[in-house]
Amino acid sequence: MTLDTVKHANETPDVDQPWAELGLKQDEYERIRAILGRRPTGAELAMYSVMWSEHCSYKSSKVHLRQFGEKAPENDALLVGIGENAGVVDVGQGYAVTFKVESHNHPSYIEPYQGAATGVGGIVRDILAMGARPVAVMDPLRFGAADHPDTKRVLPGVVAGIGGYGNCLGLPNIGGEVVFDSCYQGNPLVNALCVGVMKHEDIHLAKASGAGNKVILYGARTGGDGIGGVSVLASETFDDSKPTKRPAVQVGDPFQEKLLIECTLEIFREDLVDGIQDLGGAGLSCATSELASAGSGGMRVELDRVHLRDATLSPEEILMSESQERMCAIVEPGKVDRFLEICEKWDVIATVIGEVTDGERLEIFWHGEQIVDVPPRTVAHEGPVYERPYARPDWQDALQADDANKLARPETAEELRAQVLKVISSPNQASKSWITDQYDRFVQGNTVLAQPEDSGMVRVDEDTNLGVAVATDGNGRYAKLDPYAGAQLALAESYRNVAATGARPLAISNCLNFGSPEDPAVMWQFAEATRGLADGCLTLGTPVTGGNVSLYNQTGETAIHPTPVVAVLGVIDDVNRRTPMAFSDEGHLLYLLGDTKEELGGSAWSQVVHDHLGGLPPAVDLDREKLLAEILIAASRDGMIDAAHDLSDGGLIQAVAESCLRGGKGARIIVPDDMDPFVFLFSESAGRAVVAVPRSEELRFNDMCGARGLPATRIGVVDGETIDVQGQFAIPLTELRQAHEATIPALLA
Amino acid sequence: MTARVGVVTFPGTLDDRDTQRAVRIAGLEPVPLWHRDKDLKQVDAVVLPGGFSYGDYLRAGAISRFSPVMETVIEQAKGGMPVLGICNGFQVLTETHLLPGAMLRNNHLHFICRDQKLRVENADTAWTADYEAGQEISVPLKNIDGRYVADEHTLDELEAEGRVVFRYLDVNPNGSLRDIAGITNAAGNVVGLMPHPEHAVEPLVGTGRTDGLGFFTSILKKLVNA
Repeated sequence: MTLDTVKHANETPDVDQPWAELGLKQDEYERIRAILGRRPTGAELAMYSVMWSEHCSYKSSKVHLRQFGEKAPENDALLVGIGENAGVVDVGQGYAVTFKVESHNHPSYIEPYQGAATGVGGIVRDILAMGARPVAVMDPLRFGAADHPDTKRVLPGVVAGIGGYGNCLGLPNIGGEVVFDSCYQGNPLVNALCVGVMKHEDIHLAKASGAGNKVILYGARTGGDGIGGVSVLASETFDDSKPTKRPAVQVGDPFQEKLLIECTLEIFREDLVDGIQDLGGAGLSCATSELASAGSGGMRVELDRVHLRDATLSPEEILMSESQERMCAIVEPGKVDRFLEICEKWDVIATVIGEVTDGERLEIFWHGEQIVDVPPRTVAHEGPVYERPYARPDWQDALQADDANKLARPETAEELRAQVLKVISSPNQASKSWITDQYDRFVQGNTVLAQPEDSGMVRVDEDTNLGVAVATDGNGRYAKLDPYAGAQLALAESYRNVAATGARPLAISNCLNFGSPEDPAVMWQFAEATRGLADGCLTLGTPVTGGNVSLYNQTGETAIHPTPVVAVLGVIDDVNRRTPMAFSDEGHLLYLLGDTKEELGGSAWSQVVHDHLGGLPPAVDLDREKLLAEILIAASRDGMIDAAHDLSDGGLIQAVAESCLRGGKGARIIVPDDMDPFVFLFSESAGRAVVAVPRSEELRFNDMCGARGLPATRIGVVDGETIDVQGQFAIPLTELRQAHEATIPALLA
Repeated sequence: MTARVGVVTFPGTLDDRDTQRAVRIAGLEPVPLWHRDKDLKQVDAVVLPGGFSYGDYLRAGAISRFSPVMETVIEQAKGGMPVLGICNGFQVLTETHLLPGAMLRNNHLHFICRDQKLRVENADTAWTADYEAGQEISVPLKNIDGRYVADEHTLDELEAEGRVVFRYLDVNPNGSLRDIAGITNAAGNVVGLMPHPEHAVEPLVGTGRTDGLGFFTSILKKLVNA
């Protein structure tokens, strides 16, 4: 076979190219030809096809995502915003924190273990590439119905993959979510978040500048794994003497990643890199074009220098391979020897594969012959942008009219008791400890709070006790009923969860999981959700630092619920002041903060008791969320509360039950006079939390709430070993614990 | 003056920095040791920390035991230097035969992370002198290959010689034979266990308990009073 060089492409303009099989549209292919003034070579076509894919180019979502920048609140804390590997936030005392949430949905359905494992690996390298030591991970997960046979295939694999990879890296897993809903059947959502910490001066960016600087590829050898579309190309272009079907899902090696982390951090400590980028989706195509595009010059790469696991790989395959555990660094010539020495110390393979040039082109050579000659920006940053049509679906009105507040309610106290137990033991509301106990939450020795607490919290500085908290939340049911409100409710819940532990929310990252952008109804959901999120962030003063969009989460015509997942990062000056969720002291008074309205649309109760989804989600009041957060933070700082738990799905009774079980103490609960017991227990009105106040602090706490205008209702006291809703029913903790904790193991163990 | 405690880092070790912190909190001087280096830098004791050295590939601890640093550790342990192996470090110690038995995959086949209750069975070793025999402590446990096994003869011998140092209480989390969580050699200077005392040394983090600090104060007293 002949190598498809630039020269060859010039000489053979009319060769048929497999652009359609690689996922490019006709007009996209024409555009590539126009940019280059000739047909692309096979290698160029490979690069453009992966970089212009929805996953890498955000071509359908870009026009909507712009709002996150346009509506960004004034915020001095944001050090690096959207567009880099991850955003960076100033948390004080010279520290900066970087965090991001990403999806690995499709691979995790095909191959749950490796899909989930490499999802962790990818997000960790993003954080590492910013210059930070990764300090914690979290995993928001969504699966089909808990009792569906395929859930028993997907979930254990995903959980084992997250644990198998994350535990081996030594990163505490401190939070996340596990949600079941039949809409995710066939389209599980496996999102992964990582948090990293560095000093301000350690921030690194993905750019290649300085002619003569060397391009070093280091980490794992490049193999044939993770090549999806290219299999077609391979089978059409090359001989039959080698495997043509490459596995599309990458295979992770956490040990290699651990070495890569320690090696890279040592390289940072000695200030040896000018720019750095991890290799994730689209592999070397992405790393070289993005580095060159963001820098000041061009780049020349000798592709045949890349260390391979499989010597038969073609240049196109090497460019598209998504082999894991690789990084690409730009290093001044005088620092190359030391760089390679540190790699050798950590048994990490490193190769100089090229250098930064003073030109404007990305040029790639294969054994001396040129196979790529492109302006890098056209590959990395100037891909196609689509204004996809969108329209409010015609079923939306009927869905909203199907009011959950009109569903049949329990008529007796016994029935109410039975429904409380039914909701608390349902898969979504049950304890997830069988899952989260498969993750190491203690490693690194800085974990202050971990799941099931409202947010995960890690100590950043051992001397000053500065800490950060992160929570992730999303509610696809709310978003289905109203995507604008649903996105804001996800934001509000995550924000509230961070504040409930005593931390001040600073910034957010998001993972937007939706169906096909080619469906105008899905695109409307996406447009509404992004608008809601951007507006909400502006009101709350928390900028979006970055994130990820995952589209095409649908099977046939059926899309998942629109599922924007929001991660909020907060800071706490002294982790000694954190507020846990457990009710652990008898006699402490329970206060409900916020207003409870009759809001059951999208609620856990409507799902568990009536298998119903309809009506409107709870009303959003972001100013109230801000006030609530301020009260929770002040009460934590001044020692006025001993426990706090946010109210969300499942309502008040869910929160009280979780806090009682966590602390091993019961509670006497008094239904306020003007309140219907059912609504009191199950409504999911937003902007609420329950707190435990020591009697000595009651006056001060009440005064603060009164002065600030936050409704605070005394609803009971921590007491005994039973949850006793007075005048209604009592449930002993032992019975409650059995109901709450037995469900998940019974389904999955 | 205080004593110097070496903490070995193998490729894939995870709890080395945590162990150094625990050593420091107890009032000892932590000394990082590198797997390729035979020189123990005149430390008075060595901790082999937890993690997944060499990714646990082949078998947990099987590759690390051949590290240059282990040649010196084995030699000095035989001469009486106190050595503590935690989790992966315990696995390395059984691979070197400084301690008998082996660790298999947990009987439920999952990684398990939990706050684990233990009973201190032997408070006479270099690493447990600050506890009392029969004392119950809680420290984090986190592993996938934690099931301690040995042949019946070895187990009987361990029991007869009082060399079972820790036993799991309430729950046997992995199917370890005779609920064994940790053991010692005949001389009492080498101790290995699966749970993680270094993650229970500060009230603020982890489980909020400090039950693991006794390991490090034990060695401090032994070394400084010696």
